[in-house]
Amino acid sequence: MLLRLPSASTYSGDIDQLVLWVTLLAGFWFFAAEGMFFWLMWRFRARPGVKSQYITGKEPHLKRWLNIPHIFILIFDVIIIVMAVRVWVKVKQTMPPADDTVRIVSRQWAWTFQHSGTDGQLDTADDVWTSDTLHVAEGKTYHFLLESKDVIHSFFVPVFRLKQDAIPGRTISGWFKATKTGTYDILCAEICGMGHGIMGGRIVIESPEQHATWVSQHSVLADAGTTASDSTAAPSTAGHVARGHLAAGQN
Amino acid sequence: MAEIAHAPDHHPAHHGHAESNWFIKYMWSTDHKVIALQYMFTGMLMAMIAGFMAYVFRMQLAYPGMNVPFFGHVSPEQYNALITNHGSIMVFWVAMPVLLAGFGNFLIPLMCGCDDMVFPRINRLSYQLFFISAVVLVVSWFVPGGGFGGAWTAYPPLSAVGKYNLTPMGSSLWVLAVALEFVAFLLGGINFIVTAMNARAPGMRAFDVPLAVWMIVTASLLFMASVGPLIAGAVMLLFDQNLGTGFYNPTRGGDPVLWQHLFWFFGHPEVYVVLLPAMGIVAEIITVFARKKMFGYKTVIYTVVATGVLSFFVWAHHQFVAGIDPRMANVFTVTTVIISIPIAEMCFLYIATLYGGSIRFTTPMLWALAFIAEFLIGGVTGIYLGASGADIFFHDTYFVVAHFHYTFYPIAIIGTIAGITFWFPKIFGRMMNETLGKIHFWGTIIPFNFIFIPMFFLGLSGEHRRIYDYTHFPDLATPSMQALRITSTVALVIMLLFQFIFIFNFLYSWLRGRKAEKNPWRSNTLEWTADSPPPHGNWREMPTVYRGPYEYATPGRDSDYWPQDERA
Repeated sequence: MLLRLPSASTYSGDIDQLVLWVTLLAGFWFFAAEGMFFWLMWRFRARPGVKSQYITGKEPHLKRWLNIPHIFILIFDVIIIVMAVRVWVKVKQTMPPADDTVRIVSRQWAWTFQHSGTDGQLDTADDVWTSDTLHVAEGKTYHFLLESKDVIHSFFVPVFRLKQDAIPGRTISGWFKATKTGTYDILCAEICGMGHGIMGGRIVIESPEQHATWVSQHSVLADAGTTASDSTAAPSTAGHVARGHLAAGQN
Repeated sequence: MAEIAHAPDHHPAHHGHAESNWFIKYMWSTDHKVIALQYMFTGMLMAMIAGFMAYVFRMQLAYPGMNVPFFGHVSPEQYNALITNHGSIMVFWVAMPVLLAGFGNFLIPLMCGCDDMVFPRINRLSYQLFFISAVVLVVSWFVPGGGFGGAWTAYPPLSAVGKYNLTPMGSSLWVLAVALEFVAFLLGGINFIVTAMNARAPGMRAFDVPLAVWMIVTASLLFMASVGPLIAGAVMLLFDQNLGTGFYNPTRGGDPVLWQHLFWFFGHPEVYVVLLPAMGIVAEIITVFARKKMFGYKTVIYTVVATGVLSFFVWAHHQFVAGIDPRMANVFTVTTVIISIPIAEMCFLYIATLYGGSIRFTTPMLWALAFIAEFLIGGVTGIYLGASGADIFFHDTYFVVAHFHYTFYPIAIIGTIAGITFWFPKIFGRMMNETLGKIHFWGTIIPFNFIFIPMFFLGLSGEHRRIYDYTHFPDLATPSMQALRITSTVALVIMLLFQFIFIFNFLYSWLRGRKAEKNPWRSNTLEWTADSPPPHGNWREMPTVYRGPYEYATPGRDSDYWPQDERA
C-alpha cells in the first residue's frame, strides 16, 4: 500500500502491513510532536510587554504533558517490536517445507542460478544453470542456498520484499513462495566493486505448467551434456554444500 | 584548578615575541580558540569538497552519462569513490572536527571559566594529527588506481583485497586516514573530559555546567569507549591489505562479518557522538532566544546518559540481513526501538522549553528550531529500519539514505550553522548580517527537504543504494522515478548555490561586520562575560560561578537574565 511496487510473495503482504502500522503509530507521534512544536512557536512568539515565564520542568501540571505521551510511546514501541519480530520470524527464522530448491551464486558482477531440473534434486546431472535469470513457479515454496565467490553481495528481490547478504565462505539458506506471475528485477544491494551498478538480474515467475515446460526444455539440454541456451556458468560440484553450511533458519 | 593550564609552554598574550610570527600564532598555537578555528576551517573546507562530490554524483544520477560541468564524465569507479569519500568526509572530517573538536575546543574552557585546555600541547598535537589524516585522505584520491570506492563502511573482502576493489593503494590510504583521524580525536577527547571535570571555575558544580559541555563530554566518552575495537579492526584490515594476513578472509579461517561487528560497534555510538554536540548547541540557543530555563535540565542529562549507554547495544541493526544468526535480530530490534524512548524524551524536553517563552526568531534560533523539526523526521523514519521485519525490505535502499540524511544533515549542517551564527560575535568580535542569514536559512532548509523527501519514495519503490546508473534495472528506470531523482538533484544544486551567501556573509561580517559587544544575545553562560573575541587566557580576572546556566526570567528580578558569574 505504501510501498510503490507489486507484491509477489507470501510474506510481502506481511512486510507491507508492518510498514503501514509503523507509519500509523510513529506517524501519530511525529505529527503530534511537530504540531505541538509549531503551535508553541506561534503561541509564545515574542510580543512587546510579555515576559517569558520561569518554568523549571518540575511542575507536575506541565510534566504530565510529557509523562503521558511517554507511556504511550512505550506501549507503541512494544506493539511495533511484537509486530516486527513476528514478521521477522516468519520470513527469516522459519523454513516451511520446500517444494524445490535453487542455488544462487553471486560473483563480481553477475548472478548465477542453479535450478533443480526435472528430478527436483539439486546437484544432479539434469540441473539447469542460468546466468542473470532465475525461473520459479508460482505457488511453490522454494528454499534457496545463497553463496558468494568473492566479496559480499546481497540478493534483493523487491517484489518479494526479500533481501539476504551473500557471504564468501558460507552458504546461507532462506525461502520464498511466489504469488504472482511476471518478470521482475533482482538487485545486488551490497556494494561489490566497480560493476555493482550493473549487477542485476531478472526473476521470471511462471505458472507451474509454464515452469515445468521451461524446465523440461532446458533440463533435456543439460542432460544431453550441452549447455542451456541462456546458461554461461560452469556446473557446480557437490563441494558447495559441504563447505560451512549455515542454514539461516536452522541454527 | 584553572591555573593548571598556565603550563610553562602557555604564554600569556602580553609577553613572548613569538606572537608576532603569524605561523607560530595561528599554526603552532596551543590556544584552545585558535585550535578550535583550525578544526572549524579545516572541517568547512572538507565540507565544500564533500558538497562538490555530492553535486557530481547527483548530476550523474539525474542525467546518466552526462559531462558534469566542472568535472566531466563520471565512470563507475569514480562514482563509487565519490560516494565513499563523500560519506567518509561528512562523518569523519566535517561532523567530528567541527562539532566535537571545533565547538568542544572553543566552548569547554570558555563555558567552564578556565583559561585554556588542561593539556594545551596535546590539544595542538590532536589538530596536527587530524590535519595529517585529512592530507592522507586527499592524497588517496590521486594515487594509481584512484580513491577507495568500497563505501564508507568498507566491508571486506571488497576493501581488503586489491583484485576485488581495484584500488589497492587508495583503500590502504583510506584506512590509514581514518585510523589517524581516530587517534587525533582520542587525544582531543582526553582533553575535553579532563578539562570539564577538573578545571571548572570556582563555584561551578556539575549541575551548573551548560548542556553543550555536558553533551560534548558525554560524546567524547562515547567515542573513546567505542573506537578501540574499530582501531583494532582497521589495523587488521591494513594487515590484510598489505601484509597478507587473513583476518577477514574466509578461505584462511577469517570472517568478513567480524569487520561489520567491529565497525558498527563503533558506528552506532558514533551517531550519538556527533548528535550530542549538536543537541548541546541547540539547547544553548533555544534557551537564550526563548528567554527560558531549560525544561527539565537534569532530565536532559539523564536521557543523554541513557541514550549513550543504550547506543552500545544496538549495533547489529545494521546487520539484520548480513548473515548473522537470525535470532540475534530479535534482541537488537528490541534495543533499537527502545532507544526511541530517551531520544523522544529529549526532543519533548526541547519542545517543552518553548512553552511560556518569549521567542525571538533570530538567525541562530531559526537554525536551532529547524534542527528539532527536521531531526524528528530522521528519528521517526529510524523506527522503520529498527523494526527487523520491515528492514528486510528497507536495508540498503534509498529509504536508509533519506533517513540518515535527516539525522546527519541536521547534525552536521544545521547544528553547525546554528552554532556558528550564534557564537560568531564571540569568535570574531563582530555581528553577522541577519538579512543575509535569513535568506541563507530559507534557501538551505527548503531545498534540503526537496533533496531527501523524494529519496523516501525512491526507497519505497525498491531503489537500492550506490548505483551509478539506474537505466540498467528495468523496474527502477521508470520515468516517474527518474523525475524524483531529477527533483532531488535540482534541489541539491539550488541548496549548494545558497551556500555562497553564507560564505559571503561569513567573510564580509568577519572583516566589516558591526562590532559585537560582550554579550549581544543577553545570555547567561560564562563565555559571554569574556571580551569579544576573548584574548589569549580568556579573562583578565577569572570568573566565579554562583548559579546554573539557564536562569532566564527569574522571578523577582527586573532583568530577564542572570549571568552565571553575577554575584547575587
